[in-house]
Amino acid sequence: MAAETAYKPATRSGAMHGRPKRRKNPLGAFGALSHVALLIWAILIIGPILWTFLASFKTNAEIFGDPITLPASLGWDAWGRAWEKAHIGQYMINTVFVVVCSTAATMLLGSMAAYVLARYAFPGNRAIYFLFVSGMTFPVFLALVPLFFVVKNLGLIDTHLGVILVYTAYSLPFTVFFLSAFFKTLPTSVAEAAMMDGCSHTRTFFQIMVPMARPGLVSITIFNVLGQWNQYLLPIVLLSGNVENKWLITQGIANISTSAGYEADWPGLFAALSMTIIPVMIIYIIFQRQIQSGLTSGAVK
Amino acid sequence: MRHGRYPFIVGFLAAPVILYVVFVISPYVQAFYIALTNWKGISANPQFVGLENFSRLLDDEVFWAAVRHHGLLLLVMPLVTIVIALFFSFLLNLSGGQRGGQMTGIWGSKVYRVIFFMPQVLAVAIVGVLFQTIYRPDETGVINGLLGKVGIDPVGWLIEPDLALWAIMGVVVWQAVGFYVVLFSAGMSSIPKDVFEAAALDGAGRFTLFFKITLPLLWDTMQVAWVYLGIAAFDCFALVQVLSVDRGGPDNSTTVLPLEIWRTAFNFSKFGYASAMGVALFFMTITFAALTLRVTRRERIEF
Repeated sequence: MAAETAYKPATRSGAMHGRPKRRKNPLGAFGALSHVALLIWAILIIGPILWTFLASFKTNAEIFGDPITLPASLGWDAWGRAWEKAHIGQYMINTVFVVVCSTAATMLLGSMAAYVLARYAFPGNRAIYFLFVSGMTFPVFLALVPLFFVVKNLGLIDTHLGVILVYTAYSLPFTVFFLSAFFKTLPTSVAEAAMMDGCSHTRTFFQIMVPMARPGLVSITIFNVLGQWNQYLLPIVLLSGNVENKWLITQGIANISTSAGYEADWPGLFAALSMTIIPVMIIYIIFQRQIQSGLTSGAVK
Repeated sequence: MRHGRYPFIVGFLAAPVILYVVFVISPYVQAFYIALTNWKGISANPQFVGLENFSRLLDDEVFWAAVRHHGLLLLVMPLVTIVIALFFSFLLNLSGGQRGGQMTGIWGSKVYRVIFFMPQVLAVAIVGVLFQTIYRPDETGVINGLLGKVGIDPVGWLIEPDLALWAIMGVVVWQAVGFYVVLFSAGMSSIPKDVFEAAALDGAGRFTLFFKITLPLLWDTMQVAWVYLGIAAFDCFALVQVLSVDRGGPDNSTTVLPLEIWRTAFNFSKFGYASAMGVALFFMTITFAALTLRVTRRERIEF
């Protein structure tokens, strides 16, 4: 166990250790080759991200010159331009607002539905469960046209509320599927004891089941936050009118990339890109364990 | 115990079910009907035209181009991604030999795993914008700048019709590999250590360990990976929309069905026709998933 969690670089060499080696040193030709392969892939990942970050400090001439140079000076004016003039600040605030609301709604509604479906037998239970789960098998592009008109007829097109409701609805299938499996695994005795003591169903859920289900809730919250933060199709369909001040971040960046060419403000584009990438990177590095398990848990039965 | 049970059930289910039926189920159901009409968004009552949209689809060159691209994506992308991810996860988890009776990964495997997974948390649209500059066709592109250093002429990654789709596929693989490295790593760490120990004692080398033990025991996870990647091969909307020349170009050489659906609906207002494409896409996806699950069925290995 400890060997899995502790990071011990020195034990690999073997040379520093007095204890007799019980196996061939793995760093033969194969080991060297594997390291080369791993390093190349790591550079392929880090390279573009690092390059973007550096390019935000360069001038146009530097960007279009040699791709592998460091910027001459560290000026933050491109960042200021991106935040103010290109409205990246506005898009960020919009996106945070939408994602916070829709994730909260998804978690609340999803966990309520999942709990009832997992723990209460009633006629129609299976039908409702399959209705939710079937949503995972349909490609969203099939619903695109009618969805646009449903939202339009409700008067919610080009509004954040419309986006929040749609995000929530489309996050429900997986959330319900995941959480109902999770609630099934939790012991029933605690909830039963609470009911015996006269706790209502609702109170039992919020005060006993939700705290017990925390690990599952954390995973699926991360999953939903990332999925909604990175959504691109739904914003460009639902906020397609003349409402640039309501745009979300992915929409804004994609639009800047086309207009950067006209305005010749490439550093501004890279500053905008860095601004959206770096916060996500920092959050990822802090929570990498939870994020990795949260995103991959959906694929594991 | 039973008092207030039904009000509670109804109270808890009402909001999620209503929201879900209005925004998810009803559009899906409507899509099948709209696909049978010639609705262009102007008339209040769309005319029912039966299967006309579908017969038009069969003669639509752009549609077939998109289907061909999905076919290519479906053949190449999952295979390449899974092979690379398997190779890396084997190195990271099992190739370090043994320590204290435990199979260990290679030195620094934790750091590698964090780095490889990184692209997963980036939005596809953002990744698209990022790769625009990397692939830029003159020497200002990052790749062409590097190639220029060793005296190779700039390559028109995204403006050559024969190259563009491959360039886009490269981005998909770049982003996906890390996810499957983590997924396969989880699968590998759940394989009991004594299986490897016993094999190693019997003199199995790295390659035998990999092909005879790891692969068969990872079969379930690989099946899941294949289905996921296959479904992803029917998407690629954001990447193609952001990255390709004039959205699916040059000359429709990179277009995909989701992009055509979006364009047909929201640029040309042919809502009936777009929905018919959506229905076609849906049946392709379902067929693929069902086929995969049937073909790759095997005895489960219990461990």
